[in-house]
Amino acid sequence: MNADRRGGTVIDGRVVAPDAHAGDTAPGDERRTEDDIATGVRGYLVGLVLATVLTVASFTVAGSQIVWGPALPVALIVLAIAQMGVHLVFFLHITTAPDNTNNALALAFGVLIVLLLIGGSLWIMANLNHNMMPVGEIMKMQR
Amino acid sequence: MTGAVATAETMTSRHRDPHRLGHGHADARPTPGHGTGGPASKRIIVGFGFWIFLLSDIVMFAAFFAAYAVLAANTAGGPKAAELFDLRNAAAETACLLVSSFTCGLASIAARARNTTWFYAAMSTTFALGAAFLGLEAREFAGLIERGAGPTRSAFLSSFFTLVGCHGLHVTAGLLWLLTMMAQVFAKGFRDDVLRRMLCFSLFWHALDIVWVAVFTVVYLMGAQG
Repeated sequence: MNADRRGGTVIDGRVVAPDAHAGDTAPGDERRTEDDIATGVRGYLVGLVLATVLTVASFTVAGSQIVWGPALPVALIVLAIAQMGVHLVFFLHITTAPDNTNNALALAFGVLIVLLLIGGSLWIMANLNHNMMPVGEIMKMQR
Repeated sequence: MTGAVATAETMTSRHRDPHRLGHGHADARPTPGHGTGGPASKRIIVGFGFWIFLLSDIVMFAAFFAAYAVLAANTAGGPKAAELFDLRNAAAETACLLVSSFTCGLASIAARARNTTWFYAAMSTTFALGAAFLGLEAREFAGLIERGAGPTRSAFLSSFFTLVGCHGLHVTAGLLWLLTMMAQVFAKGFRDDVLRRMLCFSLFWHALDIVWVAVFTVVYLMGAQG
């Protein structure tokens, strides 16, 4: 068993799982032929343009009165999640294709933990704050 | 005698892999994600392992984000986020990291195409932009501490310096790794193991940019709303 040039493995003289035809794809790798440089550069360019548009939108929305004040945090979070999606697809090349199942499932689990952690912390701490006695009341009780 | 050895070998391989996973038939069509069609290449395994590490790193950042979100209002009578943060500085930092992510992508394309000139050019640009980001962040931190808004001033500022400082430390580590990758390509060329490390480095750098998207949204833009 030895490695062939494209990162595939040679068993019994047969190339098994070379990158372009493998059952799975490494995160960060695109499913394309190695010498296709133009396609790769175009992918990163599209990602850069989309991410720039979303970043400019975020800063514009935050610095102006375009969006109704109380809705601003929601708008900013939506723009941020959209930009993270752009980064994942165009820079990290995480897709929903069958060759990316393992990567996408790991990401889904990570997102679950992140949501539980942030959502749970905010929920519990807001609840505690709400039920907490004001400091003045505690002082009175201790007297 | 030979039969006994063969049986023992079969026994051990069965013992290690009782259902013959990862050993598909020669005529079987490789089915993605089901372990048939032979073992995955080392590049895929290394990339996946590093992806798991990155996700755990993001979970750690999520804990810092949760702490910041909970403590952001606890200013202990000190300065609030809206009074402290300069959005133009945050925008410049964002631009640096975003463009550096793009040039890092160009560097990984150059590495796969084994083009030394483009690789060094793209990596140097990435380093310059990352260093500019760190410089802007260091200047901002120094300014805050000078104004008496250091990490010891309030719970809000402690969580701010922890979150943003942790991201800055990651960028610092990334810059050191970037220099190491340039040195390895210089000394060893585009060997398979060097290319695998380059894959991991580019994943790391892009992941840092994703974390920064959350930082500038939650800390700077939402903080500026008061």
